[in-house]
Parts: sequence; C-alpha cells; structure tokens
Amino acid sequence: MLPVFTALRSSVGKKILMAMTAFSLVLFVVVHLLGNLKLLSRNSNAFNIYAHKMMSLGGLLYVAEIGLLLLFLTHIIIAGLIFIGKRNARPVGYYMNKRLCKPGYNFIGSTTMIYTGAMILIFLVVHLMHFKFGPGIKDGYIKEVDGKSVRDLHRLVVEGFQSFWYVSFYTAVISLLGIHLSHGFWSAFQSLGINHPRYTPLILGVGILIAITLSLGFISLPVLLYFIG
Amino acid sequence: MKNMNLNLLVWRQKDAGSKGKMESYIAENISLDMSFLEMLDQVNEDLIKKGLDPIEFDSDCREGICGACGVVVNGQVHGPQRATTVCQLYMRNFKDKDKIVIEPFRARAFPVIRDLVIDRSSFDRIIMAGGYISVNTGGAPDANSIPVAKEIVDKAMDAAACIGCGACVAACPNASASLFTAAKISHLALLPQGKIERKKRAEKMVSQMDKEGFGDCSNIGECEAACPKEISISHIARMKREYFRAVVDEIEK
Repeated sequence: MLPVFTALRSSVGKKILMAMTAFSLVLFVVVHLLGNLKLLSRNSNAFNIYAHKMMSLGGLLYVAEIGLLLLFLTHIIIAGLIFIGKRNARPVGYYMNKRLCKPGYNFIGSTTMIYTGAMILIFLVVHLMHFKFGPGIKDGYIKEVDGKSVRDLHRLVVEGFQSFWYVSFYTAVISLLGIHLSHGFWSAFQSLGINHPRYTPLILGVGILIAITLSLGFISLPVLLYFIG
Repeated sequence: MKNMNLNLLVWRQKDAGSKGKMESYIAENISLDMSFLEMLDQVNEDLIKKGLDPIEFDSDCREGICGACGVVVNGQVHGPQRATTVCQLYMRNFKDKDKIVIEPFRARAFPVIRDLVIDRSSFDRIIMAGGYISVNTGGAPDANSIPVAKEIVDKAMDAAACIGCGACVAACPNASASLFTAAKISHLALLPQGKIERKKRAEKMVSQMDKEGFGDCSNIGECEAACPKEISISHIARMKREYFRAVVDEIEK
C-alpha cells in the first residue's frame, strides 16, 4: 500500500512537490518580469494600465493570489523540512571538510539553496509591504486610467528606486535569486526523475541561462529607471 | 625513494556512548609503496609496542571490491584519489612531513562504534526492505535463457558496481543515502528478473531509507564525485521514476 499522502511525505515525494512548485514559481517570475518591463515604456502610464487590468480581474485575481500563496508556502515548508532533516542527519560534523565539486554540477548554488531562498523570502515580505499593502490612492499616489482614478504604481516604483539602500538590497536579492535558479532549474528536472546523458547537460546550461536572463532583466529596471526617470 | 614521516590527526572514540576527540600521532618510516591502511597498520604496531590502544578501523579485502573500509582523509571521503577506496590509496600520494587528518564517515545513521569504525547496518536494513529478487530454490536456470539488451546490461552493471561502502552518505552535505538506495533499486529494476517486484521494492526501500534518518537529496552531486565506483546520480533519477511508478499504479487500483 502506498497512499498518495504518504508518498508525498517521503524523501522522493517531497522533492517532487518541491520541483513542481519550483516550475510554477519560475513561470510566475517570468510573467512578473514581462509585466515589469512595462515600466520602461515611453508612456509613463503603461504600467498603471497593466496593473489596472490585473485588478479588474476581480475574483479571478483572488484565486490567482491564493494559488500563488499556496505555491510559495509549499515550497518554503518543504525547504524547511529538508533543512531540518539535513541538520538531524549529521549531528557530528567533520573536523576537515573539502568538497569535491565535480565539474558540471553547481556547488555554490546547490549548497546555498536554503540561504538564497531565505533571503528571497525576506525580500518577498518587504516587497509585498511596499506594493501590495503600501501607499495607495489616499496617500496621493493617483493617476487616471480610462477616466478612472487608479493607484500610481509607476511613481511608487520609481520613488523606491531613488533610494541607494533599496536599490542595493534589490540588486543583491535578485542576484541571489539568480544563484538559486542556477541550481534550482536543473535540480527540479532531476527531482522529477528526468535525467539523460545528452539532455541533462543542456538542461543545466538552460537553467544557468534562465538564471542570468531573469537576474539581468530585473536588475535592468532600477538601472534604466534611474537614467530615464 | 626515502621513507616518510607523517603527522596524523586521528579521531579517537572509546565506544558508541563516549565523546571522541582528535588526537595527534606520528607515523614514522612510512614507505611510499604502502597503502593507506598499511600505513595505519604500522602506526598501530608502534602503538601496541608502546602499550597503547591501536587505532581501530574497518577493512576486509584491501583490493577495493568489498566496501568494508572507508575513512575521511584530509576532508575527502576515501582520500584524495578519485574512484578509489581508501585501501587502494597509496602513500605516494603524500609527501614527507605532511599533516593527515583521519575521521570516520559522519551520519546519524552511521553511528561510530569505535575510533574510525562505524555501524552501517542501516544499509543492510535498506537492502532487507527490498533489495533482492524472490526466486524459489531449485536447479539453476540456463544461462542466456532470458535475453537482455547490451545497453541495459551495461546500465544495470554500472549500478551493481556499488559496494555499499557509504562514501555517498559521508560525502553528501545532507548525509543522504539516495545514491546507495538508487543504485540498488536501479540495478534490479533494469533487469528482467528484478522487474517483477520493482514497485514494491522502490516503495519499501525508499521508505526504509527515510526511516533510518538519512537526509534528503538536494542534487548536489558530491556523492557521485566521492563514489569509489563512480556511480552516476542518473540512477537517483531512475529511483524517483521507479517510486513515481509505484505511486501512480497505486492510484490506478
């Protein structure tokens, strides 16, 4: 007997959940970046129009938000379980420990997943407080879209990026997200049992490419907004 | 070549219950042609002559095929030479006056019994959970009566090369036994005789591995690098597929 719930709690099952939530979250981050690129539009209201369209989804938006929350929670809780399990599995450490770092594997990314992940979580909280629960129309962040008054998110972003400390924090966390993904992408495939002598090196390469592209994409925002305002 | 003198720093622990510590020893007059374990033998002879307790370590075949030996040398599992058990590591890999740190494999599921000797019966229990095929006794079947494709034989053989030394667990930053368990599941699942019980095997062996208190696999690849038989983590992927297959089949029922 192998009930599904028991299976998902096993070492294999945990990583299957980890991988599936990881893929969904990568997809979310990609869509998020594409949306953010509207900030670079010549029309300084483009991002607000985009945001307004999202807000007009109504109930669908709540469904998406709850789904996203569940994805994050699952990913974070399993990460915590794996971290605790790892600490318990080796109560006495080594006096001297030299890692072998076989070429082809990403040692920096793979052994820091919990730390890069924790930093991204801290950023996520700051980020949500800043935008989701941050200043709105009644604080003067107001703009017209289709004759309606909406929250001026564009201004909120641009103002945020005027702070040196915020830009540094943002750039650091996005770089850590890149490191997280540089191992996470291929690792998710491996956790789902996808490994092939020819395609696995390709998946590893694509993962690193995705990590670099996404990081540069996000970091380009404060840099470009600083210059074009 | 001149014989060497080496400074050893070795983990000493009286028994499973007591606290151990690192202790210094000098290995004198060590020949470059000695194996690492022969070097320890000589150090032990000197210790015995002085009336001291020798350093306990495991070994059996001393030709790299039994899986009994295994220590961490200067932070590297089975020592600095890849694809080699520590019994096949030769002293020519070291220089005169070198400092050598020797520790046991570290994992909750591999408790130290004494000095460098660890209890690996957790591996035995994983095998007992399903790492076998059920065949009635009787006359041996004809050789080649069941044809197996060459590529499959090669893959199964790569996995079957596992000697169960525990290097994968010792090298894994998470102390995961995934490579060992995967090698056993993979080896049997690939062959026609093993396919019959593949689902039950994957389920039972994975659940036993979890029960023993090993860590989870984070796909770091240190196990593959440390494995004296160079077993690939592609077998871990196969273990996941085997387990997945067992789960899906259970849903279908």
